[in-house]
Amino acid sequence: MVNTQVTLSGLVLSNPVIPASGTFGYGYEFAETYDINCLGSFSFKGTTREPRFGNTPPRIAETASGMLNAVGLQNPGIDRVIGEELPKLRRVFHKPVVANISGFSIDEYAECCARIDKEEQVGLIEVNISCPNVHCGGMSFGTSPESAAEVTRAVKAVTTKPVYMKLSPNVTDIAAIARACEDAGADGISLINTLLGMRIDLKKRRPLLGNTTGGLSGPAVFPVALRMVWQVYEAVKIPIIGMGGIASAEDVVEMMLAGAAAVEVGAANLVDPLASKKIVDELPHVMERLGIENLTDIIGGAHHG
Amino acid sequence: MLDTEFEILSNKLIAKNTWELVLRGDTRGIAPGQFVNLKLPGFYLRRPLSVCDFDAGALTLIYKVVGHGTEALAALPVGTALDVLTGLGNGYDTGPSGPRPLLIGGGAGVPPLYALAKALLREGKTPAVILGFNSAGEVFYREEFRALGLEPAVTTVDGSCGIKGFVTDAMDVPYTYFYTCGPEPMLKAVYQRSVTSGQFSLEERMGCGFGACMGCTCKTKTGHKRICKDGPVLTKEELAW
Repeated sequence: MVNTQVTLSGLVLSNPVIPASGTFGYGYEFAETYDINCLGSFSFKGTTREPRFGNTPPRIAETASGMLNAVGLQNPGIDRVIGEELPKLRRVFHKPVVANISGFSIDEYAECCARIDKEEQVGLIEVNISCPNVHCGGMSFGTSPESAAEVTRAVKAVTTKPVYMKLSPNVTDIAAIARACEDAGADGISLINTLLGMRIDLKKRRPLLGNTTGGLSGPAVFPVALRMVWQVYEAVKIPIIGMGGIASAEDVVEMMLAGAAAVEVGAANLVDPLASKKIVDELPHVMERLGIENLTDIIGGAHHG
Repeated sequence: MLDTEFEILSNKLIAKNTWELVLRGDTRGIAPGQFVNLKLPGFYLRRPLSVCDFDAGALTLIYKVVGHGTEALAALPVGTALDVLTGLGNGYDTGPSGPRPLLIGGGAGVPPLYALAKALLREGKTPAVILGFNSAGEVFYREEFRALGLEPAVTTVDGSCGIKGFVTDAMDVPYTYFYTCGPEPMLKAVYQRSVTSGQFSLEERMGCGFGACMGCTCKTKTGHKRICKDGPVLTKEELAW
């Protein structure tokens, strides 16, 4: 009998599989298809202080082994998330959830995190300083060590739950940003958000996405994500949630060997609504085949000897 | 939503760039106006296609070849197994139709009206049908509607078949309600021209097709709606046109 249990800053997860923010809504679309309590946790749709419509369509484009999205943080706003979405979620998901919070100012991050911190259902706060699809917010906080640290300090000052900073891959030195977050008090690092990309409509000779650019995800980005998790693991001591193109239990093991203490599964959920469940089901078999008894034993395993 | 496997029974060209795909599999939970989402070998995202017709064991879909994905679909031989998500979207509501609903389809928007026509006939209603195309070579399903005992008015932009002009040029008939599907400029023209309430089936680029990614959201008078989950059918009153 293998042990898939992992721990994130004291939060015990029955397995490391967490559907990623923006690919799992607030959970209940998937709860119609399977019992989502089989998941380690899940990260809910990126939430901001005000309700947001998001970007002009088209918001989705296909790529080789992946997709671009430029949704632009569409969400009902923190009031409705606390007042409507979380109570609805409580009926179908009985584990602590990862609260994904985004913002357009330091104050907004702090205010939303302080409010979500009080919600019993929330086990961990994932602070998105890496959304590539909004302007004057999101990623602009995650592209310099100074501003990343500033958001971290502001959020840590008003919260009691573990705070994980979600980093952008669209930077020259992700290790420096991760270190700045750790020094500012972050409990963990979550990476990677999507890679900035675009496509052009050949007939219209115009950018395909309404927002011109979008974020690349899917299996195409897995090696990039793996490399960045590897680099961040070497740079910090706090736990890492690794994500980017994970599509199988083998990918989970590989990401954990690079240094992830848990993983998020993103685009795969959109192509196959059962993807996360299949990975959870497959994981013990893959562990047995690879001779892994305790999953926590392999975290960062590829760095040693 | 059901994730299931279908097998291709036939896949044939029925008009210019227009293919009819018949699949065998589990059709439970499929309703007129809904769509299914097909996984094609070699492509990352699924392809959403509206339901044209279905019975206990077979599902008919009609698609236009517009890019690499639909090109690959057209090349798939009989017997190929396809991973299909079924029962997606809200579908048409036949409740408010009245005795004489008008069905208005344009090009690739014609298929969902066929399953709807059958459903309305089963309810004892007598739909009037307008089918619009660019030219005679693109006309399809006229005979299939006739086989249901309906006589569709056909319009073509170049006048090579039926009435020369647009679907709106054939709308001067009595009707109690309407249902429409087609390209957005056509839907907007129908919106302007229509004299009753009605339902519009809309299209947008989708990520997942089941409400998770927010890739296909549009603004309506009653809030933000995901075309894939809260639609694809929206009422005239909801549309902010």
